[in-house]
Amino acid sequence: MPVKASDIQKKLPKGGKLHCKKCGFPTCLAFAMKLVAGGVDVEKCPELESDVKEWIIDAITPPIRLVTIGTGDNALHIGEEEVMFRHEKTFLRAPGLAVLVSDKDDDQTAESKLNKIKELEAEWVAIQLKADVVAVKYEGNKDKYLSLVSRVAQENLPMVLMSEDLEVLFAACDLVADKKPLVYPITKENIDAALPVLKEKGVPVGVRGQNLEEVTVITTQLKAAGVIDLVIDSSPKNLQDAIRDYTIIRRSALTQTYRPLGYPIMSLLPLQAEDAMEEAMVASTLVTKYASIIVLSDLNKDTLFPLLVYRMNIYTDPRVPLAVEEKIYEFGAPTEDTSVYVTTNFALTYFAVANAVEATKAPGYVIPIASDGLCVLAAWSTGKFLGDTIGPYIKKSGLEDKLSNKRLIIPGMTARLLGEIEDELPGWKVIVGPKYAEDLPGFMAKQASK
Amino acid sequence: MQISDFFEKYKGTVQELTIGKEGKSVIIGGDSVLPFHSFEGTMTRLPVIAMEVWDAPPPENWAEHLRSHFGDVVGSPVLWAKKCVETYGAEMICLYLASLAEDGEVDVAAVAARVKEVADAITVPMIVYGVGDKDADTAALKEIARVCAGEGLLLGPLVKENLNEIAEAAMEYGHSVIAQSPLDINLAKELNIKLTKFFPKDKIVMDPMTSALGYGMDYSFSVFERLKHVAVLFGDDMMKMPIIANPGRESWRAKEAKLNEQHGILWEAMTTMTLLLAGANVAIMASPDSMKLVKKMMGQFTVS
Ligand code: B12
Ligand code: SF4
Repeated sequence: MPVKASDIQKKLPKGGKLHCKKCGFPTCLAFAMKLVAGGVDVEKCPELESDVKEWIIDAITPPIRLVTIGTGDNALHIGEEEVMFRHEKTFLRAPGLAVLVSDKDDDQTAESKLNKIKELEAEWVAIQLKADVVAVKYEGNKDKYLSLVSRVAQENLPMVLMSEDLEVLFAACDLVADKKPLVYPITKENIDAALPVLKEKGVPVGVRGQNLEEVTVITTQLKAAGVIDLVIDSSPKNLQDAIRDYTIIRRSALTQTYRPLGYPIMSLLPLQAEDAMEEAMVASTLVTKYASIIVLSDLNKDTLFPLLVYRMNIYTDPRVPLAVEEKIYEFGAPTEDTSVYVTTNFALTYFAVANAVEATKAPGYVIPIASDGLCVLAAWSTGKFLGDTIGPYIKKSGLEDKLSNKRLIIPGMTARLLGEIEDELPGWKVIVGPKYAEDLPGFMAKQASK
Repeated sequence: MQISDFFEKYKGTVQELTIGKEGKSVIIGGDSVLPFHSFEGTMTRLPVIAMEVWDAPPPENWAEHLRSHFGDVVGSPVLWAKKCVETYGAEMICLYLASLAEDGEVDVAAVAARVKEVADAITVPMIVYGVGDKDADTAALKEIARVCAGEGLLLGPLVKENLNEIAEAAMEYGHSVIAQSPLDINLAKELNIKLTKFFPKDKIVMDPMTSALGYGMDYSFSVFERLKHVAVLFGDDMMKMPIIANPGRESWRAKEAKLNEQHGILWEAMTTMTLLLAGANVAIMASPDSMKLVKKMMGQFTVS
């Protein structure tokens, strides 16, 4: 639970009532509020004992650390999640989907994997979706590995450098240090050797333990040395272990502010799948169950698209339905004999209709009536999609002047609105369309031949 | 640190419910932890998958993929159901009363006779699912309850408007029922309260409504998840009924599923898996390939 400003205020001088303004804020409470919101240094209050300062810093530090991998617009920001369950608020930072390349891949394979990130970019209700991370794994050929790392760096995507050989790992890191790659794995075995170097590099670090206890030991040691941008992998062997580990990680951080596990999770579990379909299934489960970087063996046109839509679904904010703006959308080159289609402004609904109207190959006007981003039936049953909301909007739209044949198609699901709408719109021919927008092309072809 | 320091305390157990009759029955429910949390409590059994069979031929625009599996049997619910059980290993059959949506008078007696015929022909228990038209469903399900007395069917959906009549028939002839509410935990609870005034609590399954990947799956996921919380974390007696999900038919309606077979298989499998993760105790699936994938995932879990 995030700390409240009033709790911070109580720890400030004189129980937060000194109000000396040295911090630049009019009151202690104002300062406390800013501390909680982030964006001011606790040092600004000169009156604090060091133990109080430490308490405050701890209290305002988010339970799961925000870690950034990569730089610029493509950087991946993960962590700082606030809830166990999306219905409590929302999941905030969608996991990165990483494709694995290695020095064992021949050049062509590696290139094609990189290309596929772009090629397989998809669109869903006007939102662009794609895989967004490249994991580069060392499998024995150092020269080839290093040149692959340099090659991947040109893509400007967040990178995970994976090497069991520390020397190779750091050599790769040096090549692309300015790209802020994640270096992985730091383990119980290599931490002593790695630590001095990690302190210098300032890159995010991927910790791997054989179980949660081991992860805890490593993260604690790294943190003590000031290395705090961590991502953790507890090496689950199957989904059952993953759900156990990832639940405990998220829960211990959020409910008990247990710092040693307060980091985002990386999962390599999909790599154990037997084929691409299974890999996508495992990956989707991990999207729901708290992973923040999910490594895939390859990108596959048959499986990536559902996974991308899936990730978007789970990370959609349940408090705000995706909606489109209420206005007249034109398709093709409208004439005075163009059909008008009315629907609701729920993004999914609108795009279903818009796609179908495009598929009729005839021009069309589509009007999504403002209805709180609800689907047709929910909008109708809550009174947001009725004759007296639809009629007036169409009247005001100016379409009446543009059209000689005024033809309005309404959703088949709301056939019962026919009478109300006809009453509102004298001079219009109101037609009840098919139940599913997908059937519009066939339906309109029949209408035309009537 | 020990991971047990962070275990959750649970207060409720989802009711167990037996579908079927002696010699062919399946038990659902019984869990007293969040789904798949066997590490911190008792997950009595894995969810059960039922396969969907239509009692009338599906429409022309039915997914090609499904037709490739069932095209040879769509004319006969008996053969279709047998194929699900014998070829694909279905643990349960869900007979969807598509015939109720056909144009013209519905011959309720014929619909019920067909259900009985399927029940007699298969070795697994059966769910019977109406089309969602409350009057047509009421008439048909009442008759089916009578004709299939003693079969221990799971009948639904019961909605606010028709729950009395169907539930009474179910009670008289020894069946369980599915109470359906539109994606809202308060409405789900209200319905359970109404129903339990005269109907045995341990013969109710909740259907909080399924929507498919890309088409509202996120809503269903969160509603299922909340229902399960209220049952096992808060121990609310009116919410301890097992949950049913209906991902098969919903997923294959998506045009993405129809246009690309692999997408379709995953569309259904991902929707199903997600609702199982959220707390569904039974899922009705359509494609044997999707079912295989989900079962493969289930293979990574053990019960406790
Ligand atoms: C997801 C969902 C929700 C989500 C909201 C989703 C949203 N943003 O609208 C939530 C959980 C919030 C919700 C809430 C409610 N819901 Co609701 N919900 C659904 C569900 C499961 C799917 C809806 C959906 O996303 N459909 C996808 C979109 C794309 O469909 P669509 O808008 O209908 O568009 C299609 C067609 O209508 C057609 N079409 C659309 N426009 C046009 C235009 C033309 C010209 C043509 C030809 C065709 C056409 O093509 C589209 C694609 O096929 C349905 C049940 C179901 N499976 O359908 C119930 C359902 C719509 N909900 C229902 C109800 C009652 C409600 C509530 C009122 C109840 C409550 N729980 O309080 C609330 C009201 C909302 C509110 N104010 O809070 C009922 C409506 C009953 C009715 N009126 O007949 C339904 C049908 C469930 C049921 N069987 O009872 N719901
Ligand atoms: S400097 Fe410290 S004591 Fe003074 S007003 Fe600011 S917070 Fe309060």
